[in-house]
Amino acid sequence: MLKAAGFAAALALAAPLCAHAQAKPTDPQIAHIAYTAGELDIAAAKQALAKSKSKVVREFAQEMVRDHTSVNQQASTLVKKLGVTPQDNPTSQSLSKDAAAKRQAYVRLSGPAFDRAYLQNEVAYHKTVNAALDSTLIPNARNGELKSLLQTGLKLFTEHQHHAEQLAGQLH
Amino acid sequence: MSTRFAAAAIWAAAAFSPAPAGAAPRVYTVTIQNMTFSPAPVGLRIGDSVEWVNNDILRHTATAADRSFSVELAPKARARTRLAKPGVVRFFCRFHPGMKGQLSVGK
Repeated sequence: MLKAAGFAAALALAAPLCAHAQAKPTDPQIAHIAYTAGELDIAAAKQALAKSKSKVVREFAQEMVRDHTSVNQQASTLVKKLGVTPQDNPTSQSLSKDAAAKRQAYVRLSGPAFDRAYLQNEVAYHKTVNAALDSTLIPNARNGELKSLLQTGLKLFTEHQHHAEQLAGQLH
Repeated sequence: MSTRFAAAAIWAAAAFSPAPAGAAPRVYTVTIQNMTFSPAPVGLRIGDSVEWVNNDILRHTATAADRSFSVELAPKARARTRLAKPGVVRFFCRFHPGMKGQLSVGK
């Protein structure tokens, strides 16, 4: 739990980095952050599918792979259409670094300990990404289609957060 | 009663009354948009069908809580389920359990 909280705190710090460095993130940066956040959750889900034997955890992980893949495919199509090249930035780098550390820490967990850690982290991760979408990424997106996709993402990821909370509660 | 009046009466009955038992089954639409099921249609009867239309970019299901029906809907896909019994049927998306609604099916 502490680890999950620590990761959430790291992410919470990561989101404002961008806002700090430049008062407002640009659309190429916003696209990169949103895409990266989705890819990192897919990587976490793939680790869960490799390690977990729990039916509910595996189904949840499959849901994460399916949904984040769909949204990111849509995002790829959109940036191509708009002629936008996603731009790497400190927020994306921080997210990636923290997620890699998390996956590494989970390598030695197994069984219910892994399941709990994964679900608790999914709650924390989605909460943090949703807060960043709501307070920074959506308000600063200039392109209407990008903003709309981010809004769809927020609605979806809020559902993911609630689903993870519900499952994490069942495992206690 | 003139033939014309009788025809008008039949037309009016067909247009304004609930379909009588034994009437031809109807197809009603429930749309999924932005992670939400549209409001359930009214006037459903046994033998009618619901056509589930997924307008999202995500895969969903329309699954009855009592498992009397379940369809998986790829993005932009549609599928029909037939209503086989009367009463209130709660439904949800298996992938996104926060998405839910209910159908009220008459005899």
